[in-house]
Amino acid sequence: MSRTWAYLSNYLVYSSMALYALSFIAHAVETAWAVRVTTEDSKKNMDYKRTEKVARIATAMMILGFVLLFAGVVARGLSASRVPWGNMYEFSITGALAFSGAYLAALRKHNIRWLGLLVSIAVLLTLGTAVAVLYRPSAPLVPALKSTWLVVHVSTAIISGGVFLLANAIAAAYLYLDRMETRGERKAWAKRLPSLEDLDQLSYRLVAFVFPLWTFSVIAGAIWAESAWGRYWGWDPKETWAFITWVAYAAYLHARVTVGWRGRKAAWLCLFAGSTFLFNYVYVNIWGTGKHTYSGL
Amino acid sequence: MSQEIEVPELGSVGLLRYGWRQLTSMRTALILLLLLGVASIPGSLIPQRTQNPIRVGEYFKNSPELAKWMDQFFLFDVYGSPWFSAIYILLFISLIGCVLPRTIEHFQAARALPPATPKNLDRMEHHTSWSVQGDELELARAWFKSKRFRVLEKDGSISAEKGFTRETGNLFFHLALILVLLGISFSSLFGMRGMAILNVGERFVNTTTSYDSLNYGKLFNEKNLPDFALTVDKFVAKYNLVTSSPEDYTLDVKFAKGDLTQSELRTIKVNSPLKLGNTSIYLQANGYSPVVTVRDSKGNVAMQGPVPFLPQDSNLRSIGAIKVPDADPQIGFVGSFVPTYARSGAEGAVSVFPEALDPRLLLAAWIGDLGLDGGVPQSVYRMDTSKMTQVGLKSLKPGETFVYPQGSITFEGYFQWVNLEIVHDPGKNFALLGGIVAILGLLASLFTRRRRIWIRVGKTVEVAGLAKNAAPGLDVEIAEFVAKLKGEK
Repeated sequence: MSRTWAYLSNYLVYSSMALYALSFIAHAVETAWAVRVTTEDSKKNMDYKRTEKVARIATAMMILGFVLLFAGVVARGLSASRVPWGNMYEFSITGALAFSGAYLAALRKHNIRWLGLLVSIAVLLTLGTAVAVLYRPSAPLVPALKSTWLVVHVSTAIISGGVFLLANAIAAAYLYLDRMETRGERKAWAKRLPSLEDLDQLSYRLVAFVFPLWTFSVIAGAIWAESAWGRYWGWDPKETWAFITWVAYAAYLHARVTVGWRGRKAAWLCLFAGSTFLFNYVYVNIWGTGKHTYSGL
Repeated sequence: MSQEIEVPELGSVGLLRYGWRQLTSMRTALILLLLLGVASIPGSLIPQRTQNPIRVGEYFKNSPELAKWMDQFFLFDVYGSPWFSAIYILLFISLIGCVLPRTIEHFQAARALPPATPKNLDRMEHHTSWSVQGDELELARAWFKSKRFRVLEKDGSISAEKGFTRETGNLFFHLALILVLLGISFSSLFGMRGMAILNVGERFVNTTTSYDSLNYGKLFNEKNLPDFALTVDKFVAKYNLVTSSPEDYTLDVKFAKGDLTQSELRTIKVNSPLKLGNTSIYLQANGYSPVVTVRDSKGNVAMQGPVPFLPQDSNLRSIGAIKVPDADPQIGFVGSFVPTYARSGAEGAVSVFPEALDPRLLLAAWIGDLGLDGGVPQSVYRMDTSKMTQVGLKSLKPGETFVYPQGSITFEGYFQWVNLEIVHDPGKNFALLGGIVAILGLLASLFTRRRRIWIRVGKTVEVAGLAKNAAPGLDVEIAEFVAKLKGEK
């Protein structure tokens, strides 16, 4: 029974990868198509009607991929009768799910479809790495992980991470477009992307929205550590980097709200803060030592 | 042309005031905050004494020069180092210096009425006007009241303000961080943390001498040790048959508190310690203690009982030393215990499963000087064989005896042992409270907008608004307000 669920989960994850790939291709076609329209038309009036259909297909593929990946993550959990957050393969597929989920949720309110190209390829690469390098057979949890706090701590950490990385992608887009604008006009394909001010605001609002959740995740982790390891804070490498990420985002929020940083400086600080999160996930999980490393990865 | 320039004397008080202003400035706080993040990095890359003393030892062994140099900069004790402490203490002083005046200011502002309506509303943002239709002022008053604005009404105009929660939340967040830091310092000053290895069946009475290792804060008083005793009743470890990884540990103890007359049965698991006030008892590790009887050549018992062995891998192959200092000459055994025995070509005896399905005790017997009288502390799991001679090697099943010229040793069986960590942490609830208040404050401060809305009714009705920090959403709110005044649904 548990084997069946594990196989089903693998098939669902593979299928979702195919859909994310299709979404990536559709986004790429959309971007390329828009450029070709401009060469035919006069320079400033761009006709998006022709690419609208492809763009819709791209988003639809992404939603389908999200649904399949969600089912894959759930099936993975059912295969071991627990939440699917026991090793790095499981963190990665859930993280990819959270990242594309954050994008799709933000897409409902903001016009950020242009980010789809970046999101789909990032999800595809994450899932590819997870399947090819990080895969471990489904197994029960070690005693230290058997706690309700696993659900609370890990789910909030994954959601926070997804949103942080989305804010990072937007901050990176800001810096790229900012450079393009200081050198002259935006290139044709970049013209439909939001204004620099909008990008600046959006990445700030994403961080401000998710910073309390990250704080909560760290505190939930501390409460759990107190009951599992006998101390709520022990400067374990993972704890230390979670703290560094927290401090970096706190500095980012202060810099914006109190000191009034905007634009380039704020975007760099946002990128720095986000990279501390990534470093924590990649470096500390794979090469680090400490209490957050369990058997396998 | 040497003319003396009058330089206003700064003086020591002025200097102090200048320093204080610099320290409590937002820019300094921001730099200190980033510095705290950067200062935490080395401790996550270099092994720390508190987390991994063995790897620190390896550093000193492999490159003693470098390690000594690094030690001078406290790189193996980053989080207790003077420079790390300096950063966070400065940060918290800066924080207090920033937050306290703001608290007072906010307290006063919260009781004051909003400032009067500006004269020229058309210069403000979100300005709209229309000719008077009826009772706009009345409707506005009701709307402000229903939305819980604080209002000042004067000469046919209302100035309304809302969103004080933003600053309240902000201040609570920062004050809560101070509470967290106080909780942590309280724990480290008044707390204690000890380890004890107990065989199944053994009894532990909570006094300082019962511990194998004990660390406590500068202000910890032995009298604060709660009175309790416990007897290890039963320990069950369940392992996955395929992967050998542990699935569950359950420890049952007979627990007696107070005057120790009545005991009750309690269970300790990895994620559920036994709690007694601010003291918690954790199950941290487990292993095997082979039980042996050592006899001299005449058959007299020289030593008898369980000896804890230290696990080396996930299948609990364990090593240990059995020392008999009272024998003449002194005798000792370097041993390894494997719970489920198998032979591997390269490594010799190995364990293939952590449960004791087919246990073996492998012993090397040594005769000579155990080196215990020199006063140099020795690990109980290792033996210094430099002044000893080996007299035999043997692999024993339970019940078997190994006879060597000077006597014999019988492998009677084994006990399981558990390592209990007993922690007295009086500050953790303050830290927890601080954490909860910090999150609530953060939510309040990030999700409320402070804004003012004005209305003046003369020949025309004029409405305008102002949002602090250019927070979005005021246009929507004013549109709703205007629609209400115009009687639109």
